[in-house]
Amino acid sequence: MIAVDVLVIGGGNAALCAALTAREAGASVLLLESSPREWRGGNSQHTRNVRCMHEAPQNVLVDAYPEEEYWQDLLKVTGGITNETLARLAIRESSRFRDWMRRHGVHFQAPLSGTLHLARTNAFFMGGGKALVNAYFRSAAELGVAIRYDSPVEWLELRDGRFVAAHIAGKDGAERIEARACVVASGGFESNREWLREAWGQVDGEWVADNFLIRGTRFNTGVLLKFLIDAGADTISDPTQAHMVAIDARAPLYDGGICTRIDCVSLGVVVNRNARRFDDEGEDFWPKRYAIWGRLVAQQPGQLAYSIIDAKAIGRFMPPVFPGVKTDSLPELARQLGLDEGAFLRTIEGYNAACRVGTFDHAVLDDCHTVGVVPPKTHWAMPIDTPPFFAYALRPGITFTYLGMKVNEQAAVHFGGRPSPNLFAAGEIMAGNVLGKGYTAGVGMTIGTAFGRIAGAQAAAAVLRGEQRAAA
Amino acid sequence: MQQLDALTREARALAMGALPRSADEAEVGRQLQICNACRYCEGYCAVFPAMTRRLEFGKADIHYLANLCHNCGACLHACQYAPPHEFAVNVPQAMARVRLATYADYAWPPALRGLYKRNGLTVVLAVAGGLALFLLLAIARKGSLWHDPLAGNFYQVFPHNLMVAMFAPIFLFAVLALGLGVRRFWKDVSPADHAFDAAGAAIAEATRDGLRLKYLDGGHGQGCNESDDEFTLSRRRFHHFTFYGFMLCFAATCVATLYHYLFRLPAPYPLTSVPVLLGTAGGIGLVIGPAGLLWLNLHRAPLQGDPAQKPMDRGFIVLLLLISLTGLALLAWRNTGGMALLLALHLGVVMALFLTLPYGKFAHGVFRGAALLKWAIEKRQPSKLRLSED
Ligand SMILES: Cc1cc2nc3c(=O)[nH]c(=O)nc-3n(C[C@H](O)[C@H](O)[C@H](O)COP(=O)(O)OP(=O)(O)OC[C@H]3O[C@@H](n4cnc5c(N)ncnc54)[C@H](O)[C@@H]3O)c2cc1C
Ligand code: SF4
Ligand code: SF4
Repeated sequence: MIAVDVLVIGGGNAALCAALTAREAGASVLLLESSPREWRGGNSQHTRNVRCMHEAPQNVLVDAYPEEEYWQDLLKVTGGITNETLARLAIRESSRFRDWMRRHGVHFQAPLSGTLHLARTNAFFMGGGKALVNAYFRSAAELGVAIRYDSPVEWLELRDGRFVAAHIAGKDGAERIEARACVVASGGFESNREWLREAWGQVDGEWVADNFLIRGTRFNTGVLLKFLIDAGADTISDPTQAHMVAIDARAPLYDGGICTRIDCVSLGVVVNRNARRFDDEGEDFWPKRYAIWGRLVAQQPGQLAYSIIDAKAIGRFMPPVFPGVKTDSLPELARQLGLDEGAFLRTIEGYNAACRVGTFDHAVLDDCHTVGVVPPKTHWAMPIDTPPFFAYALRPGITFTYLGMKVNEQAAVHFGGRPSPNLFAAGEIMAGNVLGKGYTAGVGMTIGTAFGRIAGAQAAAAVLRGEQRAAA
Repeated sequence: MQQLDALTREARALAMGALPRSADEAEVGRQLQICNACRYCEGYCAVFPAMTRRLEFGKADIHYLANLCHNCGACLHACQYAPPHEFAVNVPQAMARVRLATYADYAWPPALRGLYKRNGLTVVLAVAGGLALFLLLAIARKGSLWHDPLAGNFYQVFPHNLMVAMFAPIFLFAVLALGLGVRRFWKDVSPADHAFDAAGAAIAEATRDGLRLKYLDGGHGQGCNESDDEFTLSRRRFHHFTFYGFMLCFAATCVATLYHYLFRLPAPYPLTSVPVLLGTAGGIGLVIGPAGLLWLNLHRAPLQGDPAQKPMDRGFIVLLLLISLTGLALLAWRNTGGMALLLALHLGVVMALFLTLPYGKFAHGVFRGAALLKWAIEKRQPSKLRLSED
C-alpha cells in the first residue's frame, strides 16, 4: 500500500509551491526537507522579490512590464541560452500567480529603500523570503500537507524512468518512502564544496573554490542532482556555471545572504592582492555589474580583492554589514590591508592623475572618467584623495549553480529524451532551462513559483492517471 | 537666546552620539548595522524606515529606535539571520533590553532608578504597602473591617477630603516625574528639531498611530506575532481593551469629581449614573484586556522580547487586573457590610499603581509616544542620505 500520492523533495519556494498546488488538486502530499526546522527554506529564505509581468499597474507594481519586454530582458542576460517556450510560460505565469501567493499568506510591499529601480518589474515580499517560506509552510500544514524536517533524500528508486520510492537518511536511520508521483525541488549544488572544487580546479596549487563563500543555504549539496545525472537523466548547463557576486570577504561561509554585498565598487577603485587594479569599476550601474565582479575576483590571486573609497563616497551607497577598514592616510590603509605600500600608492596615484572629473552624478552614467590608465574607469572616476579612506575586502560569493535537469512544459524530468510519467523537477534544479546564463533580479523566484506550481499540478494529475489506469 | 539653546542642544546631541554605549546599546547598534544592509523588514513598522535614514547609531538614536519598537515580533520570525544563524539577529529582544535602560536612565528623580532593576518586587511592595495602609486606616476609623451596610457611602469610611489629600499629591508627582523624564529623553533624541512647519500634522499622526496601535498591525493589517510566526490581532485588541478601559475609569473619576465640586452631588451615584456607567464599562475592559495580555505574555515565543522584563510586564498587568476586579467587586457589594474591606482593597491597589506609575511598565506608553512623535516629525523632513543600489 502506497502511503502518499505526491512526494515533494525540498523545502524552498519551488517545493512549497508544488506541495500546495498538488494538495489543492486533491492529492495527499508529503514534503521532505533535509534541514532542521530552524534552517528550513533553502536559498528561498534569503530572497526579497519576484519579477512579474503585468500589462498595467498591479498593486505594488507601477506602470507595465509586458511579456515581450520581460522576454527581451531574459534574452539579453542569458545571451540566448534559454528555451523560449519555457521562458514565456514562466513569464505569463508570473502575471497571474501573485493572487495565489497572497492567498497562501505572502504579503507584498513597495520596493525597499534604495531599490526604486525595481519598482516596475519586481514585487517585494514583506519581511523577505523567510516570511514567504513561513507563510507557505503554515498554509501547507493547514491544508494537510505532511511535513518532515531532518529528512535528506539520498537516492531515488526508479523503474524505466518512473519514480517508485525515495530513500532518506533521517535522524532515525534509513527509510524508504513510496509515492505515486514525485517533485524534486532540492536546489542546486552550490554548497557541495567537493563538487565546486572539482568544477573550478586548481590555480598555483590552490583549489580556487576553497576561497568561495556560499551566499545561501548549506543544505543544497546537489545529492539528488548527482544521483539523477548518474541515473541517466537529461541535463542542462554544466557544473562550472555559477552565479557569483563580489561580497564582503568577512561574510560567513554559508547563509550570508543579501547583507554581505558591497555596493561601493563603482564609487572608488578595486585592487587585488598585488595592489593592482584589474577592471573598469565604472563600466555600468552596479546592479548590472556585481555578478561580473564575482567572477573577476575569482580570477585574482587568492580570490581576494579590495574595494577602496574615500570620504566623498560616504552616504552614497547602501551601508555594508561590517565596518570597513578606516584610516587617515593611504600608506596606513595599505599597511592595514597587508598590501605592498609602494605598489598601492603607485596604483592610486596613477589612477588619481588619470581622472578627468566633470559633473559627478551617481544616478546617471556621468562624464567623470580616466584617460591614459589601464584598465580605464569610464564613469564616476573621482580621485581617491579625501580622508578618511575606507577599504572592504571582497571574495566571490556563489548565489546558485546552473547545472540542472532538462524539463518540458509539464516540468517532467527526461531520461534519454523521454519525459518521465511521474517524476517532475522545479526551481533551481531546473532553472537552467530558462536561465542558462546570467541573471536579472527576481527571475529565480519567477521560475520556482511558475514551475513549482506546474510540477505540483502535473504530479497530482499523474496520480489521477495512475488511479484511472488501475481502475480500468 | 534661542540660538544658544539650539547650540547647547547640538552639543549635547554630539556628546550623546559620542557617549560610550552600554553593552545592550552596542548590541542594538550591531544588529541595526546588519538590518541596514538588509532592510527586508522595512514594511513591518516605523523602526526600519527610521533606521534607513541613518548610517551610524549613537546612544540617542538607539534609545529612540528602541522605544519606537512595539515588540511585535514580525522582524524576528522573518529574519534570515535570527538564531541559530551566527549573526544572531533578534531585534525585538535587543530593543526590549534597551527600553528597560531608557526607563531607568530617564527616571526622575535619578535616585529612584533602581526601582526598575527589580520591578516585580517594586510592584509587590507597592501593593503590599498600599493595602496595609488602607486596611489599617479603615480599622482605625471604623474599629473593624466589617460594619453595618452603609448604602454604598464610601465617605463614611474615608472622607472625601482625606482621599483627595492622599491621592492628588501622588498622582501629581507621578505626572511630574514622567514629564521630566520624557522631557530629558526628548532633548537627547531630538536635538535639532527647531521650528518645524508641519508640527500640527506630525502631532496628529503620532497621536493617531499611538491610539490605534498602528504598529501592532504588522504593516499588512493581520497583526503581530505571539507564540509563533502566525499573525494575530489579539495583542492589539487586548491592549485596546486595557488602554481604553483605563481611560474610561479615569473618565469616571473625572466626571465624579465634576459632580462633586461643580454640582455638589456627592457619591454614591446610582448604577445608571454617568460615573458608574463609565467606571463599569472601563472596569470590564480592564478585566478583559489585562487578562488577555497576561495570557499572551505567558505564551509568547521565548526568543521574542527580554525575559528579564517579564516580572515588570506581568507585575503591571496583574496590578491593572487587581484594580478592575476590586473595583467591580466594590460596585457589586457596596451595599453590604463588606464595603469598607473592599474599598480598602481597591484603594490600596490604586495607590500602588499611582506610586509605581513613573517606575514601572506604565512608562512605556510615555516614551513610545515621544518616539512616535519624533518619527512623525522626522519622516516629514528630507533624508540627508542619497543611498541607492545604482
Ligand atoms: C542571497 C540570495 C538572494 C537571492 N535573492 C533572490 C531574489 O530576490 N529573487 C529571486 O528571484 N531569486 C533570488 N535568489 C535566487 C533564489 O534563491 C532561487 O532562485 C530560489 O530560491 C530557488 O528556489 P528552490 O526552491 O529551487 O531552492 P531552495 O530554496 O534553495 O530550496 C532547496 C531546498 O531543498 C532542500 N534539499 C536540498 N537537498 C535535499 C535533499 N537531498 N533532500 C531533501 N531536501 C533537500 C534544501 O534544504 C532546501 O530547502 C537569491 C539567492 C540567494 C542565495
Ligand atoms: S530583522 Fe533580519 S531580515 Fe529584518 S531587516 Fe533586520 S537583518 Fe533583515
Ligand atoms: S519587533 Fe516589530 S515593531 Fe519591533 S522592530 Fe521588529 S517589526 Fe518593528
